[in-house]
Amino acid sequence: MIKTAYDYDGEFSWCPGCGDFKILEALKLALHELEVDPKNLVLASGIGQAAKMPHYMRCNCVQGLHGRGLPLATGIKAANKNLTVIAVGGDGDMYGEGGNHFIHAIRRNPDITNIVCNNMIYGLTKGQGSPTTPRGTKTSTQPFGVTSQPLNPLLLAIAAGATFVARGSAADVPKTKELLKQAIQHKGYALVDIMQPCVSFNKTHSWQWLMQETKWLDETYDPCNLEEAMKLTLQTEPYPLGLFYKTEPRVTFEEVQAPYLSGDDTPLWARKPALDAVKKLLA
Amino acid sequence: MSDHTHTEVTITFSAAAGLGLQTAEDLARSFLSEAGYYVFSSREYMSRVRGGNNSTQFRISTKPVRALAEHIDWLFALSPGLHSNITENISSRTKILGDADVIGEEISKMGFELIDLALANKAAELGGAYYSSMIVAGVIAGLFMLSDETADTFILQKFAAKGTETVENNKRAFRIGHQFGADIVGKNAVLPLPQQKNASEIFLDGDTALALGAASAGCNYVTTYPMSPGTGLFTFFAKHARELGAVVEQAEDEISVINMAVGAAYAGARAITTTSDGGFVLMSEGISLAGITETPVVIHLAQRPGPATGLATRTEQAGIEVALHAGHGEFPKALFSPINVESCFKCAGAAVHTAQKFQTPVIILTDQYLLDTGYDVERPDPAAIPEPLQPVKAEKGYKRYAFPNDGNGISPFAVPGYGDEFVNFDSHEHTEDAHITEDRALRTKMNDKRLGKLVSMRKESLPPITLGNPDAEIMLVCWGSVFEPLREAFEALGRKDILLIGCEQVYPLAEDFVKLMRSDAKKIFVEGNATGQFARLVRAETGVGCDAKILKYNGFQYSAEELRVRVEKTLKDLGL
Ligand SMILES: Cc1ncc(C[n+]2csc(CCOP(=O)(O)OP(=O)(O)O)c2C)c(N)n1
Ligand code: SF4
Ligand SMILES: [Mg+2]
Repeated sequence: MIKTAYDYDGEFSWCPGCGDFKILEALKLALHELEVDPKNLVLASGIGQAAKMPHYMRCNCVQGLHGRGLPLATGIKAANKNLTVIAVGGDGDMYGEGGNHFIHAIRRNPDITNIVCNNMIYGLTKGQGSPTTPRGTKTSTQPFGVTSQPLNPLLLAIAAGATFVARGSAADVPKTKELLKQAIQHKGYALVDIMQPCVSFNKTHSWQWLMQETKWLDETYDPCNLEEAMKLTLQTEPYPLGLFYKTEPRVTFEEVQAPYLSGDDTPLWARKPALDAVKKLLA
Repeated sequence: MSDHTHTEVTITFSAAAGLGLQTAEDLARSFLSEAGYYVFSSREYMSRVRGGNNSTQFRISTKPVRALAEHIDWLFALSPGLHSNITENISSRTKILGDADVIGEEISKMGFELIDLALANKAAELGGAYYSSMIVAGVIAGLFMLSDETADTFILQKFAAKGTETVENNKRAFRIGHQFGADIVGKNAVLPLPQQKNASEIFLDGDTALALGAASAGCNYVTTYPMSPGTGLFTFFAKHARELGAVVEQAEDEISVINMAVGAAYAGARAITTTSDGGFVLMSEGISLAGITETPVVIHLAQRPGPATGLATRTEQAGIEVALHAGHGEFPKALFSPINVESCFKCAGAAVHTAQKFQTPVIILTDQYLLDTGYDVERPDPAAIPEPLQPVKAEKGYKRYAFPNDGNGISPFAVPGYGDEFVNFDSHEHTEDAHITEDRALRTKMNDKRLGKLVSMRKESLPPITLGNPDAEIMLVCWGSVFEPLREAFEALGRKDILLIGCEQVYPLAEDFVKLMRSDAKKIFVEGNATGQFARLVRAETGVGCDAKILKYNGFQYSAEELRVRVEKTLKDLGL
């Protein structure tokens, strides 16, 4: 395996064979190839198995609350525009508990990358249904099968105005790495939903299933077509993989905030109070 | 109070929302203040955009005034259906102005006389209801026998863009009002002009003072989800974001608000959020996150009556307990409770400083009354606010939660991207370098480190403001906005055996305050809630209970008169 500056040599608490290992590998390779300085990288997350990822990489490790990875990352990026900020979490974290933030982070469009490790289950809490668990799946909390319609996060992201929407797979590190590279380089919010097996709690969506029931988009697919992209998100078995949609970047959340309008990217911590302005307001 | 007839006059405006009367109020307030009077102004309003009946009270005085009065000298009753908070305070000395066909019957049924303003007719002659506001302002100038040119500069500034006709009509409107007002008082001003007022004074309301205090402390990341009465602080920063250099964001909900603020503060921003009780409760888990991650954030909790939606636009002081206990787990926090407009400025600065110094969440408790109340204050000095603390550089080997040698529990604060080492952050119980741990000994030690900060925080708590005899046998104890009305009541009582105590910080309790509580004096707590939350907190912290409580929770602030009566009665009941 290629050595990177991000390699961590401690213990992992993920189950052996978990898809998260492959996602971590793809992410480290993407950052390595892009030569992102680990000191300048913040990997922020919520709570879940996937959300432990910041601890398993050498960079600024930020782990907040379940569902709140996106607001946390948004705040960090706005406080210091010069940082590369990635928000990572599971399907429950990002689409369930943090569902409202998911929609509004897309609208707000901070220049961050959002990686969702989608194992269609709550892993950390031992196998309850998640927003992406297919109907009928029997779990410990849905013993007679999930009755709610699964969420289509890619369709939702496009509808909310995301300018970069992709789906990768833990079963294909090289291709997923490429998607991650593009996402990190994209200006504004970029979603990379990555399908992954949970070997302990999701018996349906195994490594074998993942390889059989997914299909990478070929070169002829044009990701600039909104309608095609939306249609594509509706396809299942095989689930399409690749860059679904990409369009002209929109203005980002932080670049139009007052402190940065003049083009001065000094982080907020290094700025002095505006005492002259206060005095004027008190005149 | 007793008899202020020669030193002060009160004017109350009561009108439906949406009539545009605020221009008249703001204008009158500023010209009366400029003329040299002391003006206190306070608003109360219903939770609706149009209709209803809202009121503003002015106390105009030859001496500084900073509390609500009960009696009404002049009432502008501009919409039908006066509320009981107005009608209860109309007396034979009240002069009532309004349009006979709008409110004549209502007033005569109450047994009072109406001075017919004929506002609608006067405005119609000038071109429409649009001019009513300037007529009303003119009437006030007339009552005080100020020049009929008083508003000319203002009118020119405000209406020049709309053309000379609008300007001239507004000037005429003001003069028509002026004539009317001057005639009522027979050209004798209702109040003599005071001796020269201190030129360094400025009219400020609680909201503005709080925002300016936060800005002076260097707050540069401000988030909210709108909720009355907490929104004003944000509106101020949003309006002045460019001068103040602040990131401002209205988020999708309060959960996002607090998590964004915590993220920003981790990266070094000086973050403040603002909300009211309902939104505050949604922030609880985020406050707990700030606690374990030792992140400096300030939360402004503008209290309003609950439970749930309660009285959306009214005032109350029932937030101490929810603020004190907000966020699960045990971690330190500080609770500030500005007692008046000047104190809003000061406490905002102290809150930001405390949050930074002790790396912990800090809450500022205000309320609708305090935020919407204004009067002339000594111009606050931004240089009096402590300068922001700078983060350290993360040198090789830096650990975010390193146990400090001096035992005060405060680890050096670094930010990501500055220095050679990573700056980590973790919501789990963690190691010194912020990684997950389940080590029992370490858990205990980390928890002790965080809670240990309370010891030094307590030493820096703002001491109580005290007035009167330090050896008094009776103590009147309050916190937050009750202070000014209580102070006026206390002064009117004129007793030498009372000490008035007002707390600008209710947690951790200052050592000086605890000493006072340990004295043998009888303690009467005066609060704007139904159960005496501060008295309970003091008892829990000191073991000292109170001898009596004076409480109010109908959504309105105490007036000074009301408090005098209630304090007298309480003293009598206690045999004092
Ligand atoms: C407020 C809150 N509610 C619930 C939990 C418990 N919890 C932790 S992770 C999780 C779901 C994890 O699922 P997912 O986000 O899909 O991550 P995975 O473990 O599958 O990677 C839940 C319900 C929590 N930590 N906080
Ligand atoms: S429970 Fe599932 S998702 Fe969690 S580490 Fe194990 S395999 Fe991975
Ligand atoms: Mg999951």
